[in-house]
Amino acid sequence: MRDGAGDGCLLEVRNVCKAFPGVVALDDVSVRLGRGTVHALSGENGAGKSTLMKIIAGVYAPDAGKLLLNGRDLRLGSPRHALNFGIAMIHQELNLMPYMSVAENIWIRREPINALGLISHRELKRRTRALLERLRIDIDPEAEVRTLPVAARQMVEIARALSYESQLLIMDEPTSALGERDADHLFAIIRELKAQGKGILYITHRLEELFEIADELSVLRDGRYVGGGTPATLTREAIVRMMVGRELPPAAPVGEAQRGAVLLAARHLTLERHFRDVSFELHAGEILGIAGLVGSGRTRLAEALFGLTGVSSGRLSIGDREVKVDSPQSAISHGLAFVTEDRKESGCFLTLSVLENLEISVLHGDFVRFGFVRTRAVSEACTAMCALLRVKTPDLHEPIGNLSGGNQQKVLIGRCLLTRPKILILDEPTRGVDVAAKAEIHQLISRLVGEGTAVLLISSELPEILGMSHRIMVMREGRVTGILERAEADQVKIMDLAAA
Amino acid sequence: MVLIGLALAFELLGWIFVGQSFLLNEQRLVVMILQVSVIGIIAVGVTQVIITGGIDLSSGSVVALTAMVAASLAQSSDAARAVYPSLTDMPVLVPVLAGLAGGAAAGLLNGTLIAWTSIPPFIATLGVMVTARGLAKWYTHGEPVSMLTDRYADIGGGALPVMIFLATALIFHIALRYTRYGKLTYAIGANPQAARVAGIPVTRHLIAVYTIAGTLSGLAGIVTSARAVSGQAGMGTMYELDAIAAAVIGGASLAGGVGRITGTVIGTMILGVVTSGFTFLRIDAYYQEIVKGAIIVVAVIADQYRQRA
Repeated sequence: MRDGAGDGCLLEVRNVCKAFPGVVALDDVSVRLGRGTVHALSGENGAGKSTLMKIIAGVYAPDAGKLLLNGRDLRLGSPRHALNFGIAMIHQELNLMPYMSVAENIWIRREPINALGLISHRELKRRTRALLERLRIDIDPEAEVRTLPVAARQMVEIARALSYESQLLIMDEPTSALGERDADHLFAIIRELKAQGKGILYITHRLEELFEIADELSVLRDGRYVGGGTPATLTREAIVRMMVGRELPPAAPVGEAQRGAVLLAARHLTLERHFRDVSFELHAGEILGIAGLVGSGRTRLAEALFGLTGVSSGRLSIGDREVKVDSPQSAISHGLAFVTEDRKESGCFLTLSVLENLEISVLHGDFVRFGFVRTRAVSEACTAMCALLRVKTPDLHEPIGNLSGGNQQKVLIGRCLLTRPKILILDEPTRGVDVAAKAEIHQLISRLVGEGTAVLLISSELPEILGMSHRIMVMREGRVTGILERAEADQVKIMDLAAA
Repeated sequence: MVLIGLALAFELLGWIFVGQSFLLNEQRLVVMILQVSVIGIIAVGVTQVIITGGIDLSSGSVVALTAMVAASLAQSSDAARAVYPSLTDMPVLVPVLAGLAGGAAAGLLNGTLIAWTSIPPFIATLGVMVTARGLAKWYTHGEPVSMLTDRYADIGGGALPVMIFLATALIFHIALRYTRYGKLTYAIGANPQAARVAGIPVTRHLIAVYTIAGTLSGLAGIVTSARAVSGQAGMGTMYELDAIAAAVIGGASLAGGVGRITGTVIGTMILGVVTSGFTFLRIDAYYQEIVKGAIIVVAVIADQYRQRA
């Protein structure tokens, strides 16, 4: 039983199976993680990655198979138990207490005690400062977590996991909330951890990251191991093929813009403390990409355009009329639609069905008579929309919470399309969405644009921005630093404009 | 399910200990529903508030306030010390409309506080609860309002309160399931932020829901004072908690987005069965409350367990 120990193998997952009522989440999966390496796990949503992670972190017990840590049998009863063995997990959803300080969050349950048996805040602060300095993270240990931007919270989460001096770190899509620069910082931290001999299991959807950071790769599909190897021996196409099990059309970059009339014109839009003096024009049949780091004001701009926050000054015209958009209702009536970056937080009604999620923005006009919803007309329209977007759901009455992330996203886009928008604002439309759904969403955007819709596309993924946009507007710290034509744009130029 | 089980349990116990049937007694069944129909009317409104993710603690006090106001306008000319001596023997519509308007005003205040200042519904309705109770006492300086007209007393007579309860339940069952009003109510409760992004007029809709709940409390106040043929400032004490219990036993989730009027009706009936069942078995009222408390908690635990399975 010591076959794993001698060769630098930190963790071995051997023939693990796990079933939940109705689904087999993992079927005979084996993975090996060496000391000082990064092992990436990839696969579509629902492939079983998260289940495997949770088994290793002690959240679930496997039905069959076993875990070996340093060649020894490992049986875990709880996440706390896993921590004692030096296994720490950084969750995709942040698990921090918003009203407590950074230091309190990191050392919760392990606060230093002074002579009186009370928590020593001075020592707490000192330890936190030392930890953050070691990781070169520039955050005030006494700041309340709720005041920090998402990227900084992610860093706190990482610092907390490392504070356990763990030998094995599990990271579940750690960059999904990070901008390019913070992601690079994270990669630097990961490389340092590798050098210290720690093992890292890294879940990601982003193929670029695999090549950047992983030493080894395993791909899961439908709960089975379907292949893997070192990134150097694998092509991007080969990985995608393993993930989806079929050939995919290349990520459809849109055709030449059939640039029509100006649909939306922003003049010197300013929202105090968020963005300043933003001017641009958006034409019918055009995709205008907005690139920028987290905190550049991209999302704030989108929210303001859609009437969620309003602006402090500046003018906005839609078509040839100057308009005032002060609520989402007025935005929708002017032909705008908005898909938010955070599906769970401000997109889905998780307790409601697919139908109820789709119909909510069109409960007026033809679909309602004397206050009564015309059920048949609405469900016909929603069925057609589901078919158009190829939403995978048993039927319209399925709770949306049971759908995969990609399908939830399609439903949210469908909600917007039902309002027949002329201008579509998409904020990170493919975040946390699997490769196949992502390609479908890209094709859909292309088709809408071909039909004359104008699209404002916000994305942190430069390949997406570069592949999809006709023009790219780059923002930095609330200001527009440049608008690039598609022909002249590349990653370097964008980063140059986006980074200070 | 729980309802049938409880009823059958009392039936069985009835035969064992009292020697008669619990269910096969028409009079007892009518009394049973009559006792809870006021709670039921309030619960229909509270259910809608709970579906939006809110809570209404003011209903019981609003019952008292509207009972006072309506009764003061329903006094007959026989009343020696009428509140408004010049306004006696009014047509029955006057006190009814006054009661409904009083309830609507309280609800409007709740809704406006919550939607505009975004203070938690618990706090806003707690404030209105205390204030409305105070107003009810101040209205006649604590004196009960009695000697009401026969026409007014008829509202609380016979099985009419039961009819009013069931009609209210039916109307709002349809409203929640088949109208735009209902769809928006569920959406706001399921995710207020997403509701705003989806273009729902959240502020206006919340005000509407609280106003409806207030109006139903007003209706309950009218029925209560008509049944008692008087208005008293102590009426409706703790009714808000019974109504919330009925909604929660019926499956409404305090987290919002979940709840049905049919469930609330069953929840109301369960409270009724427990009350009259214990009376029927001649068990002390103390035990009633002890068991009622346990049922509320057990019902919700069972519900959560069922949803997880």
